[in-house]
Amino acid sequence: MRGADYFLKRTLFALVTVFVAITLNFIIFRATPGDAVTGLRCQFCTVEFKEQLRAELGLDQSKWEQYWIYLKSLAQGDMGRSFVTREPVVDEVLEPLLNTLPMLALGTAFAIVFGIIAGVVAAWRRGTFLDWGNLSFSLLFYSLPTQWLGLMLLIVFAGTLPAAGISDPFLEFTDPSWWETFVDRLEHMILPAATIGIVLFGEYALIVRSSLLEALSEDYVLTARAKGLRNLAIVWKHAFRASLLPVATLIALSAGYLVAGAILVEAVFSYPGIGLVTYDAVAERDYPVLQGAFLILTLSVVIANYAADLLYFKLDPRIAE
Amino acid sequence: MSTIASGPGAAGAPGDPGDLPQARRRRGGVVWSIVRSRPQAAIAGNILLVTILVAIFAPFLAPYGPREKVGPPFAPPSAEFPLGLDDGGIDILSLIIYGSRVSLVVGFAAAAVAMLIGGAVGIISGYFGGKTDITLMRITDYFLVIPDVPLMIVIAAIWGRSLTNIIIIIGVIYWTGTARIIRAQVKSVRERVYIRRAQALGASDSRIIFRHVLPQVAPLLVANTVLTVAVAIFAETALAFLGLGDPSLVSWGRMIENAFVSNAISVDAWWAIAPPGIAVAVVILACTLLGTAIEDALNPRLRVGHLSVRRFRLRPVPKDAA
Repeated sequence: MRGADYFLKRTLFALVTVFVAITLNFIIFRATPGDAVTGLRCQFCTVEFKEQLRAELGLDQSKWEQYWIYLKSLAQGDMGRSFVTREPVVDEVLEPLLNTLPMLALGTAFAIVFGIIAGVVAAWRRGTFLDWGNLSFSLLFYSLPTQWLGLMLLIVFAGTLPAAGISDPFLEFTDPSWWETFVDRLEHMILPAATIGIVLFGEYALIVRSSLLEALSEDYVLTARAKGLRNLAIVWKHAFRASLLPVATLIALSAGYLVAGAILVEAVFSYPGIGLVTYDAVAERDYPVLQGAFLILTLSVVIANYAADLLYFKLDPRIAE
Repeated sequence: MSTIASGPGAAGAPGDPGDLPQARRRRGGVVWSIVRSRPQAAIAGNILLVTILVAIFAPFLAPYGPREKVGPPFAPPSAEFPLGLDDGGIDILSLIIYGSRVSLVVGFAAAAVAMLIGGAVGIISGYFGGKTDITLMRITDYFLVIPDVPLMIVIAAIWGRSLTNIIIIIGVIYWTGTARIIRAQVKSVRERVYIRRAQALGASDSRIIFRHVLPQVAPLLVANTVLTVAVAIFAETALAFLGLGDPSLVSWGRMIENAFVSNAISVDAWWAIAPPGIAVAVVILACTLLGTAIEDALNPRLRVGHLSVRRFRLRPVPKDAA
């Protein structure tokens, strides 16, 4: 039962990673010189308020006790309260996450479709002008700072597409149909999603190209050619299918970048997702929210990695050996 | 030269312990010969060189000072100010020239930190194997999965905004890819005949590592460090954009942030935003081309691996862990 063994191993790894992330989260925020309250500056941060905060956060107890309390409250879904709004962090973090996911999905879908097309064309026509142009563009997109690309898109499309937020605030008064709401949401999603999509596109096109080139150099491609198959059949039926394996996992693994991209892009477009929450929390030094956002982002990436591991096994069971 | 050109990837390449000083000199030339033989690497190398020179001679090259108000806010590009002025009336060309200093220092210093940690972990893990290897690689795996940018943000937000902090944070986070690649390399180098012979002759571990293993993996380490420079510069712009850059210094990342915060967009001042982004892209592109060219020449099998360094970094491949 190699498969079960593999499954168990990966599950265990994912769980331990979650635990490591939680512990890291605790260490960074609690075990640094001073504590989260010392450096806090705000209008109503009087000495009494800080003392009260310390008691509320349990900062007046020993580190081990604090760690235990942290784990216990986390198990109950309690991540403390925001310094700024005084609302529970869970509410501040989870709803924006639901705004972020469709935006990231749209951007990733864009990158996958165009990345695969560009990568296949480039590998197929290797060494031609098409390949060269494709490679240069992919490398260029891959080198652009995400936030900068977002700002440039914002300048170019400022008049044509909505530049900020997630929906038109005036739409509510016109009693919109669900279709109008949907179109409005989509319009607000296009620019942030396109920013992420363009940067990812460069990466995916490069990966698809090199992966397909590798597949095209295999013996079975030579066999297919010897059988007299047409080029199209060779590329699509043989080489492309084989090259999808690394591509599929790498796409699943771009979760780490997506998280970073979400923070930068949502800051640029004031898109109310988990990235904007992180951005605001950093600006206001709202540590409980920052801690919560970091945990949620890490969890998302761990889950994506876990999914990638399982996907890899589904596509290629040899991996367990 | 031929044994070296085939790279450390060719397992069991004949080594000659009696000829060490000369062999080392030749190996040091590997990186150089690769750069010369590949046009894209040569161009990338020259771009990097020019950027470094600009950074060194910034005070002589910049037409104005980095804090000098020379005209009205957001004055568009003109003959006098080729790239226009920013929100404070400061010449953008001068800011780009001065900003290259911080961006490059962060890039190279953070990459050096990452190289030291990653190289040490990779060599120790690959050379000693066994429990040391398992423990170190487990730690690396966990670091690989935790998303880098949020982790950087969190640490930077708590430690405070200073250049040293940023360098340490970036360096401490991006060593994992290097560690994995170096470890795999060391594992194959360790099995070679001349290392076995040195061991049989009673050479100490530290002597073998420094005299025999390190020179073999050095070119790969250089390639990875160059790639990490690109990642580090990218990370600096991200941190700066979130308001976590050193407030007393000009960097390309801080210029993008400043343009965003000062609403350059609402006055259509594209000249305040475009130049720093282009500068970052050019340097990242140069580092990527140079790093991948060296890596490809050393080991063509790493072709996909180099992409991992930037965003995915190297994933913990399950079969590798066995």
